[in-house]
Formats: sequence, structure tokens, C-alpha cells
Amino acid sequence: MRIARQTATFVLFLALLAGLYTGYKAFGQAIDDRQHGWAVVGSVLPRTDDLNMPPISEIFGQFWETPGGQDRIYIRILLDEAVFTLREAFAGFLVGSAIGMAIALALAQWRRLEQGLLPYVIASQTIPLIAIAPIIVIWGRKNFDFFPWEWQDWMSVSVIATYLTFFPVAVNGLRGLQSPRPENRELMESYAANWGQTLWRLRLPASLPYLFAALKIAATASIVGAIVGEISAGVEGGLGRRILREAFNYTTGPDRLFASVLGAAVLGIFVFLAVTGVERLVVGRWGRGAAA
Amino acid sequence: MKGNNMRTRRARCLLALLAALVVVAAGCGNDDDADVREAQEVSLQLQWVPQSQFAGYFAARDLGFYEDVGLNVTIIDGGLDIVPATVLDSGGADFAISWVPRGLVPREEGLNITNIAQVFQRSGTLQVSFADAGIDGPADLEGKLVGNWGFGNEFELFAGLNSVGLDPQSDVTLVQQDFNMTALINGDIDAAQAMTYNEYAQVLETVNPDTGELFQPEDLSVIDWNEVGTAMLQDAIWADADRLEDDPEYRDMAVRFVEASLRGWIHCRDNFQECVDIVLAASPPFGGPSHQAWMMNEVNALIWPSPGGVGVMEQALYDQTIDVATSQGILQAAPDAGAFRTDIAEQAVANLRAAGHDVSGNGFTRIQVEVAEGGN
Repeated sequence: MRIARQTATFVLFLALLAGLYTGYKAFGQAIDDRQHGWAVVGSVLPRTDDLNMPPISEIFGQFWETPGGQDRIYIRILLDEAVFTLREAFAGFLVGSAIGMAIALALAQWRRLEQGLLPYVIASQTIPLIAIAPIIVIWGRKNFDFFPWEWQDWMSVSVIATYLTFFPVAVNGLRGLQSPRPENRELMESYAANWGQTLWRLRLPASLPYLFAALKIAATASIVGAIVGEISAGVEGGLGRRILREAFNYTTGPDRLFASVLGAAVLGIFVFLAVTGVERLVVGRWGRGAAA
Repeated sequence: MKGNNMRTRRARCLLALLAALVVVAAGCGNDDDADVREAQEVSLQLQWVPQSQFAGYFAARDLGFYEDVGLNVTIIDGGLDIVPATVLDSGGADFAISWVPRGLVPREEGLNITNIAQVFQRSGTLQVSFADAGIDGPADLEGKLVGNWGFGNEFELFAGLNSVGLDPQSDVTLVQQDFNMTALINGDIDAAQAMTYNEYAQVLETVNPDTGELFQPEDLSVIDWNEVGTAMLQDAIWADADRLEDDPEYRDMAVRFVEASLRGWIHCRDNFQECVDIVLAASPPFGGPSHQAWMMNEVNALIWPSPGGVGVMEQALYDQTIDVATSQGILQAAPDAGAFRTDIAEQAVANLRAAGHDVSGNGFTRIQVEVAEGGN
């Protein structure tokens, strides 16, 4: 019931956005914004002709069309690209979350480390992705041959995604691990619980809400990282490559760029929902387990 | 009791998770069966994504020209952030395709790379405007909104403006242009930067909102930097200069690589459609079939005719490139003699000539390519 209501709200909201888009476009066309008939429309706000704002019907219609030289309809192409990006992002998400959690545990355990290391963790996120992408790609080809498998360029993209995902997990995980109130910790102490028991029974369960909030951010960030990485690194395939391609061909097919960006948005929403689903399962179980 | 149960269950969960991770990791491995043939592994870094601009290399790969000279070539795509010269110097590829200035600038900064084959004999960069704007030469750009891509793509334009006494910084308004022609068609800029083989065609593939038909060449006015005399050399094959000195095997490999690559370009000159199809089959390119056909034709025109033999540097064009580069401050000084060498290309051309190939294409003429809306 709740899901139905949420879905309905979501669809309604989308329809509202589409209505706004179409309404603004119709208004701009009516006042002929090419002639600068209005101060804001077509200058501060985008121009409304089909090149700058393709009609919604064309953007969605694009999904069912087969681009020249292709044997699949566009939505199928996007789906294949999305699977490619998802693989990169998922690998990055797993590794990044694990690293983030390890950092959170280490920082929670040693306060000195927190004071020393946390600034660097934060500073790491101020380096723009496009600055490190080429370095990682070159390292990947040249230096990552100690792995038991052959290093491929898409794995470099995963490393870029890792870079974006570990941070929210580390920071939120730390807050979560520190979240139990002193009396709870004292209770554990009175039971003579050791570090591991306190962690397993108290700190980890208490950190779950924080952790899952972080994992949701990390999941969407991993998609962003993968897409940016694909664009920078020149990997064959993926939504990032697709978006770059459509941006390149914008003049002759603006609706395809809009459609591919929509595809990226849907992928982001999908991974967000996936983490939310896992959260429902885990928090329910663990909550009961910890109480028992 | 219950707690114990919980614990084993959790332990099992963890184990299962671990096992899943191991499976994922194992799945990542590429079970590339070892090639039994004794072909040498060679990698080539492109400057951009697969398109007809690189047709010769794809043709040489797919038609077995590389195999014929004992090479197994992996072609690596370029990306927005990939500088071929850097990849080459860092050992990320054995050879790289790069425009001449984009190879010489990092070389001046200390990368020891060298141009071993100058494939494109002319520049493909244009400044395109609508005919009714009356921009027929660089002097007409005065006071106009002039689009350019930046990132080193603007130097021919700047030198062209200088050649008629205009200062790019004050006599025109420079506008950073996307890598497409939307700004020109929108009317946001008066003249747009375009490659003959790419963006220029994009305009012709677009419907003119005033007529409902595609834009026609008559609708456009073009400044060709080759004619102005500020053209700079573009696609060339670059190699690692240190390795060429120290490693006779690498030098030998370079000769064979250049030979087979040039054979690919000769093939694309004589078998136009086959090469377009090869490009279309190599990871879907950014533009559709008619766009790639247009590009193939225009790229052929940048290579052929090559009177001195395909791939052999023509000194006059090199000197012009260096003049523009130094006068624009792109290069601090003219590069030393090691910036390019012709011995490898000359040896490759001699081999090709001995095998009966036409290495200069003096009779080359463009064919007529029909553009389609959206390049499809």
C-alpha cells in the first residue's frame, strides 16, 4: 500500500516536471524567443526550439527507435550500456564500501588516528576525478599486473568509483560506530564484553542507520564515478561513453542525449532502491538478532 | 543456545558473502588463451574513439596486414582525458597517434618521443560560418564571436588572425565551443571551429529550420587554414625515442608497424566502402554510417596525394607547423632534430613500393558522399 502510494507520488511528480518542461517550451515558442522577445526566456533560461529543448514525446519516442547502423532499439542499447556501467560501479562500490568500513573501524578504535587521518580522508575528496582518472588508467595498464587476473580498462574505472564510494562510508560509518550512548557502552563494560562483542552486539547494529544512509550515497556516487571515469578514460562501452557520444552528436540528435541522461538517472535510482531493499532486509533481521 | 545459532548463521552468511566475492573476482579474470602463433604483441593508443579518422589502423588489423608482418596489434581508444603522448612515454602503449603540436609540446617538457610517420599531410581544421555572415577570410573575423575548442585546437586560428594583423585576445570575441556545432546553428557564435571530416559534416546532416531541408554546402562559408598558410600537421604515428635507440627489436617492430598501417591507409584509399564498414564494425563509432563515409572520404583527402610517399614527413609543412607553434608561444623554441625521423617511414614505403603498392596516390580524387540526416 505504501509502495503504491510512493509510486503514485513519484509518477505524479514526473508528470508535473514533464508538464513544466512542455509548458515552458510552448510559452517560449509562442513569444518567439529567438527574437529575444522576453528578457529571461531563451537567454537566462534555455531557448525553447527543438534543438535546445527537444519535445518530451521525441525524447521518449527515441527509446523505441533504432539508431542508424545499429540492430537494437535505443532502450536496449542503453540497457546494455547500463549493465556495463553497473558492473564497474558495483565492483567499485564493494571495494569502496569495504575500505570505507575498515577506515571507520580503525578511526573509531584509535582516537589519535581519527585526529590524524580524518583530514586526509576529507582532503582526498577535494581532488577532482578527472585529474586522477588518467593516472589510474595508466597505472592500470602498466603497474597493476600483480593481480591474478588480467587488468582491463574498465577495472580502472572501478577504481575511480571506489575513490568516490569509500568516503561517505568511512565518515558515516565512524559516526555510526560512535553513536551508542555512554550508558550503553558502560552496560557492555559491566558485562565484561570484549572489543569484538561490543562491536558486534552494540556498535555495528547501532551504526546501521548511519551506514545505510552512507551506502545509499555511495551507491549513487559509484554510478557517477563510473560514468565520469568512462568519459575520462576512454573505455569501450558504458553509459558515460554513450553520453559523451550523444553530446558529440548533439547537433543532429539532441533527443538522444536527453534520453541517455535519463538512462543514467534511472540507473542511479535503481541502485539507490537496491540498497534500500537490502537495508529493509538486514536492519529487520539484525535488529531482532541484536535484541535477542 | 539461541545466541549460538545466531552466531553460526552469521558466520555462514559471512562465508557465503566471501565466497561470492571470490567468484566475482575470479570472473573478472580474462581467460585469454595464450596465442600459439609467434606474433609480437603491439599496442596502439588512439587520440580519440574509433572513427574513420583511424580507418587505416582498423583496416590493417581486421584485414590481417599486421598479422602479415608478424604483429598482433591491440588498438586502445582515446578518451577526453587521455593524452596519447603521455600514455606512450609512460609505457601504456607501444605506439600512439597524435597531432604534431600535441606531441611536440609534451616532448618539449621532457617526454622522449618521436614522430616516425606523418600520415596526414594537411590539416583538417576549418573555421565555418553561415554564408550570409560574409566571413570569407580571417580578416572578416574582426569583431565577431569566434568559437574554438581550446585545449590546443585554437592555434591555427590564432596564427591565422595574426597573419592579417588581428589580435585574438582583443580584436575578436573568443567563445569556448562544445565539440559539436550547436552554438553555430543556434546563432550564439558567428564562426565555429570544425574538422572537415567531422563537425562540418554535422552541419550538413542537420535540418535547416528555415527550409525544412538539410543545410547545404552553399549555406556555409569556410576558412581553410591550409589555404591561409597557418595549418599545422595533425595525425602522425609516434614512438618511444629511447626504445628506438636502445632496442633494435623495437625499431624493427616500428618499421613493420608503420608499413602495415600505411598499407591499411592505401587499402582505404582504394577500397572506400570496405573501410567504412570496418570502422562501423569496430566498436560503434560516434557518428552513423553516412557520417563515417563522409569522414573516410575527407580523411583520405588529408592523406592523398602524398607525393613524397605516404607517411614521410614533408619538410616544408613541418617547418610551417613549427613556425606557427613558436610564434604562438606553444613551443618555447623549435624542437631539435630528434622530434621526427623519416628513416622508418621511408623504409616502410620502400617495402610497400617493392610489393607493388601505389604509395603516393597522385591520381587521388575525392568521391561524392551523400550525407543523411543525423549521419545515419
